[in-house]
Amino acid sequence: MIFKGKAWKFGDDIDTDAIIPARYLNTSNEAELAKHCMEDADPEFVGKMRPGDVIVAGRNFGCGSSREHAPISIKASGISCVIAVSFARIFYRNAFNMGLPILESPDAAEGIDDGDEVEVDTERGIIKNLSAGTAYHTTPIPSFMQELINAGGLIPFVLNKGFY
Amino acid sequence: MKMKENKRDNTRRGMTLSEKILAAHCGRGNVEPGELVFCRVDVALGNDVTSPIAIDIMEKAGVKKVFDPDKIIMVNDHFVPNKDIASAQHSKLVRDFARRQNLTWFYDVGTMGIEHALLPEEGLVVPGDLVIGADSHTCTYGAINAFSTGMGSTDLAAVMISGMTWFRVPETLKIIYTGKINPYVVGKDLILHTISKIGVEGARYQAMEFTGPVIENLPMSGRFSMANMAIEAGAKAGLFNGDSLVEEYVKPRAKRPYRMVRSDPDASYARVLEIDVSDLEPQVALPYSPENAINVSETGNIPIDQVVVGSCTNGRYEDLLEAANVLKGRRVAPFVRMIIIPATMKVYRRAVDEGLFQIFLDAGAVISTPTCGPCLGGHMGVLAEGERAVTTTNRNFVGRMGHPASEVYLANPAVAAASAVAGRIIHPGDL
Repeated sequence: MIFKGKAWKFGDDIDTDAIIPARYLNTSNEAELAKHCMEDADPEFVGKMRPGDVIVAGRNFGCGSSREHAPISIKASGISCVIAVSFARIFYRNAFNMGLPILESPDAAEGIDDGDEVEVDTERGIIKNLSAGTAYHTTPIPSFMQELINAGGLIPFVLNKGFY
Repeated sequence: MKMKENKRDNTRRGMTLSEKILAAHCGRGNVEPGELVFCRVDVALGNDVTSPIAIDIMEKAGVKKVFDPDKIIMVNDHFVPNKDIASAQHSKLVRDFARRQNLTWFYDVGTMGIEHALLPEEGLVVPGDLVIGADSHTCTYGAINAFSTGMGSTDLAAVMISGMTWFRVPETLKIIYTGKINPYVVGKDLILHTISKIGVEGARYQAMEFTGPVIENLPMSGRFSMANMAIEAGAKAGLFNGDSLVEEYVKPRAKRPYRMVRSDPDASYARVLEIDVSDLEPQVALPYSPENAINVSETGNIPIDQVVVGSCTNGRYEDLLEAANVLKGRRVAPFVRMIIIPATMKVYRRAVDEGLFQIFLDAGAVISTPTCGPCLGGHMGVLAEGERAVTTTNRNFVGRMGHPASEVYLANPAVAAASAVAGRIIHPGDL
């Protein structure tokens, strides 16, 4: 998949309470969750971003709660993918399991500025900063993760393997 | 099923607690950090926030029955008794599912407790278990020698369907606690101090093993607090070796046979850290990160509006007792609200039976039925703009307990109680 959009920059340790505050966890409706995406990190975010845009963050993105509502709210808001220096463990796992493309790239996360136009090729792991004319190569997705993605996520994978 | 070629046992090397438990659950003699393995899990847990998504996923996949109704546990604990119509719908969805699926272990208002206090107390998790829960604080059961870790709702759905999910075998960070522990210093302080030393991603993707002479003498309540907050250092799990204290806790409760596990002396660790606790005071983690922990005497004059004693971190009987010992014969300061939340109905009953409620009521505190409630800004103590709380919970992120411009200071139960009396953050010894 190739995504093109504007970069929205965030700092280190963006936690799941900032991504989707717990006051909205009384619903699991995707459209409702999307309305509050990143609200406690930037209350204006949902009003400013456009579908296809990319979140670019620092270290430990998605730390804190296991709430899948966090990647759901990001995906449902229309964000195409998240690039970060590093991801917290449960968020990383959730993103793959439910199909939100995420890429770990310290170089890209540092080299991309807020508002830059970026193009992301998730399969080849290439991130282009169109505004700056630079490109970054990320480490390929581990083969098992690729298997999960190819199967369409963890559930189809489990069903296909006939584990139940 | 294996993702990588099995290395034969003739090169057998020592294993960590995590490696031993994961190997035992994928039918292997040994596993190596970094390997991806498919494991059979003993228990999978969901709550009223995370189960609805998992139930929806399972039903959309066309699966009619959970793989084993004995092994899927659901607890309505986050927003109960229900705070609004939307959360009531969620609880009902979980309740209806539990009834339809004939889940053996379903807990609702009247029997429920905060899941991570409840499961060990009910003997539903035992040493050597592999447990996953759709809640980040599932790592709590490391205190009773289980490998347990938080995941999302899709993982819970996968286990509901198949009884299995994937694990990356983690590297292990071993921490050795030495020295003499000071008065009023408990497990909560050890883990806050540890997080302040290694940072909120200091153990990211890793398992933590808590060891050393201080740990050998640390009571179970303190061990639960420590394992519980391993996630706050980014860890996948936080484990303790099986010993006589674990045995004493588990034996009268266990609903299944178990075998305790100890890490091998020649196990290999990603990092070994030694922490001397001799100079350690009770800790207070300043907003907005658990890694901002400092000695309580260094906090300065910080007036407060609210105190909460409770949560999966510090809502056990021993925690309530520590607060009661400080509150006895004292009153909560004017303009401070103090909220006590026993973590389970058994804790609640024991606190009544042993006179703790009397002490809390005399002091001017209120007592709630078990709920995660205010810890995540749900209900039962949400903060207004600019308000400040000292709490025994586990996270002090922006907006965690309410308004994004409110502040949460994390502390142990004695510090929380002393601060309620003083109206500002204070060392219990200074009251």
